[in-house]
Amino acid sequence: MNAPTGNAAARLGAPLHSRRRPAWQRLDSGQLMLIAVAGLGVLGAVTQVAAVGLAQARVAVAFGVLIALGELFRMVMPGNREVAPVATAGAVGYALLVGVGPGGGGQVVGPLGVVPAEHSWLQVVAVTAAGMLVGSLPHVAVGRSPRLDATARRLITVGIVAVSFRPLVSLDLGWPVLLAAMGVVVVASCCADVVIAAMIRAEAVRARFGIALRDEIHAKAPLCAATSATAMLIAVATTFLGTAALLVFTAPILVTQFAFRRYAGIRATYLQTVRALSRVTEVGGYVETGHSRRVSRLAVAMGRELGMAEGPLLELEYAALMHDIGQLSLGDPIPGGATVLASPAEQRRIAELGAEVIRQTGVLDRVAHIVRLSSHPYRSAAPGDGSGVRPVPPPLASRIIKVANAYDDLVGDSADRDRGAAVLERLRLDSASEYDPTVVEALSRVVDRRPRY
Amino acid sequence: MRGLPLAAWAYVCGVVALATGLIVTSSYQGLDWHALVVLAVLFLICDSAPAQLNVERARVSMGFAASLASVVLLGPQGAALLGVVAVITGQRFFAPVKRLFNGAQFALSGYASGMVFVALGGAASGTGRHPHWVEHVIGPFLGALVTFVLVNLTLTAVILLLAKQAAPRELLRESGQLAVGCLGYGMFGLLIAGLWDRLGPFAAVLVLLPLFIARWAMEQTHAQQQAHQATLATLCQAVETKDYYTRGHSERVSRGSVMIAQEIGMRPDRVEAIRYAGMLHDVGKLGVPTKVLQKDGPLTEEEFAAIQLHPMRGLEIVREIGFLDEALAGIMHHHEKMNGRGYPMGLAGDEIPEFARVISVADAFDSMTSTRSYRPARSIEEAVAELRRGIGDHFDPVMVEAFLRALQREGWEPPRPPVLPDDDVVETTRQDHDDPSAPIRVAGDGVRS
Repeated sequence: MNAPTGNAAARLGAPLHSRRRPAWQRLDSGQLMLIAVAGLGVLGAVTQVAAVGLAQARVAVAFGVLIALGELFRMVMPGNREVAPVATAGAVGYALLVGVGPGGGGQVVGPLGVVPAEHSWLQVVAVTAAGMLVGSLPHVAVGRSPRLDATARRLITVGIVAVSFRPLVSLDLGWPVLLAAMGVVVVASCCADVVIAAMIRAEAVRARFGIALRDEIHAKAPLCAATSATAMLIAVATTFLGTAALLVFTAPILVTQFAFRRYAGIRATYLQTVRALSRVTEVGGYVETGHSRRVSRLAVAMGRELGMAEGPLLELEYAALMHDIGQLSLGDPIPGGATVLASPAEQRRIAELGAEVIRQTGVLDRVAHIVRLSSHPYRSAAPGDGSGVRPVPPPLASRIIKVANAYDDLVGDSADRDRGAAVLERLRLDSASEYDPTVVEALSRVVDRRPRY
Repeated sequence: MRGLPLAAWAYVCGVVALATGLIVTSSYQGLDWHALVVLAVLFLICDSAPAQLNVERARVSMGFAASLASVVLLGPQGAALLGVVAVITGQRFFAPVKRLFNGAQFALSGYASGMVFVALGGAASGTGRHPHWVEHVIGPFLGALVTFVLVNLTLTAVILLLAKQAAPRELLRESGQLAVGCLGYGMFGLLIAGLWDRLGPFAAVLVLLPLFIARWAMEQTHAQQQAHQATLATLCQAVETKDYYTRGHSERVSRGSVMIAQEIGMRPDRVEAIRYAGMLHDVGKLGVPTKVLQKDGPLTEEEFAAIQLHPMRGLEIVREIGFLDEALAGIMHHHEKMNGRGYPMGLAGDEIPEFARVISVADAFDSMTSTRSYRPARSIEEAVAELRRGIGDHFDPVMVEAFLRALQREGWEPPRPPVLPDDDVVETTRQDHDDPSAPIRVAGDGVRS
């Protein structure tokens, strides 16, 4: 089992130009604000708790330990999303806690027949923060720098639950009402989590907010549902059965976490494999070193610029990585490896051969389709002239790869800005027939933004 | 079912009769019928959910959670009644006899486990309203759980044995996996039972929702795994397509390496790694210029150096694939020899990584049993003799012996001679770097490989 390493994952999400800067500079304004808010909240909570003292310390410690363990086993989901389902379930469960088990031995018993939980929302935040801190220490010790924005987001989500639910506990509401309130609060917290994550993501990878939100919902919904259900389970079980229940009732989320960890692992491995094997064309001398990798990075950035969602983006990435795989079937490399210089017929043949290879996997049909059409011109000559070109333009992903490939073939590894500008100019001249003008414009924006690809 | 032996028929009838007798003679006073109905519905829903944890002839269903909850909530009689519901479900058991048997064995399991639960004092602690309920009930519950799983698996195993559908040895191995799944799902019955008083069926929703999602994630994982393997295999094939004679080589070396690895008792995850390593071992050959591979006659020093470099080129390509850690060493060193005269590093004996020693044997064997442009395929016997000749000098004796044992048991299907297309431009390799019996000739200083 392999969790994706932070490093490999960071390449996916973070803007490329900032890879080597110190941690704090990598954050953009939204993330900084989020961290500041979370930091202030924690500061206030800790001060308050320090002044008043921990209410029901035993319960607080039990939940703190659970949160710390959950944080220790946090994981990175596809798309570089850091999650800690166990910690989140524990923290939200603590925020939703109504009682701390059946009374006995002269303890005050509330209307529900249990000892009421007395902790304030500030204590929830403080305990969560402490648990997260303790759980993060081993990560820091082995040199994995903490993702402050993700931690802050989780903390704020818990804070929202605590702020909205803690006041209800002291109102002596009936059990059904409390249960309904729990349901509403956890759903709201899930929404908040997704919205915050989408905002961060939209800024970080320069996607549109709407698309980022949809991606985020798609990626998070199942895990959110599982976490929320377990959080309620933990809260109810601990309320009626005491802290011993915490041990037993964490089981469902453990199973879920295990399943998702494996899923994330295999997803990362898959991408690694395709990335690595796309290099066979380089080693074989068919294309310039780094070509596939550069084309795929350019293509993904352009796809994002053009508002593609995460699923299609992944297909685009695969297609871009493998777009030259057809060259393997050629006896000898074409000179310089630049397909843009080959004749249209030859370009098309390479694309066809590549698509055929990809299609044989049996699972990447759409990727094969993208590769097959990536050699086709944007707009065909007038229909009926016998050239046999398609009357409809190829799919967006194919158009993107065509432009990205041409750009990289002509610019290559060069860092010369003038050369890049000249190539862009040339592509612009060819656009409308060979290249899609909107895609070329997207390329120009991407290249503009990142001085060196 | 028509082909069932008489003993199996008798057994099925016995089990069904016993269960029927039990259900008919039990008294159901004080049984919570409402809970029974709800649990039965739950059982049906869980049981018809697609099961991922499949072993060939049986499956673990999340219905176990409902069954175990009923043991706690309803006692032995109720659990037996709930078991009968299994007659309705089981989308794979169409035959009425199978359904009947399934229901009967679930009823018996439920009853037995309920009795154990009561005997261990589990019933005395009441349901969730008792203080320290978890602490009191956990012992009896574990006893009940183990009983349930044991009775269930034993009853099923006996019918499979009697019907001669399974050999005892593989049955034992499969039961191990099944038991873990059953015990795991059964544990969740305790959670449902614990909160039943407060939440009713909603407890089941809260407990099972994460499980359903986990199961969904497992399915996704499974699909991705398949996709990954298919993609890997296809890309390896793409690398081979240039040469008609070596097509399928990677796939077969992978298979041979797995045979050896299993024979010497490698851990399953390492076997998985060697499967990939075998597949990828020659990826670097792509870095060897085509004209070198196709050259007729002795190679120059530089050309031979290019061939010697291919394991390194392969490593260069696959280095970034994270899961391969140990496999990388196997890919890099698969042309080392025990006497230290291999390449690229000239390692000897135990210095050579285990993976490399495994792949080396499979690689040589497949190369010898495949047709080459300059010679027909050798017979398996000849190849075996050649492997034996190479023991100690070239190959690790342990690996060769393991391979020969596996070969004897599982056999080997050598590739069919390739059908070359009918044109002049067909490209074939003249230089086979894998074949120990036909070493590469280098101009100037005799023979090397």
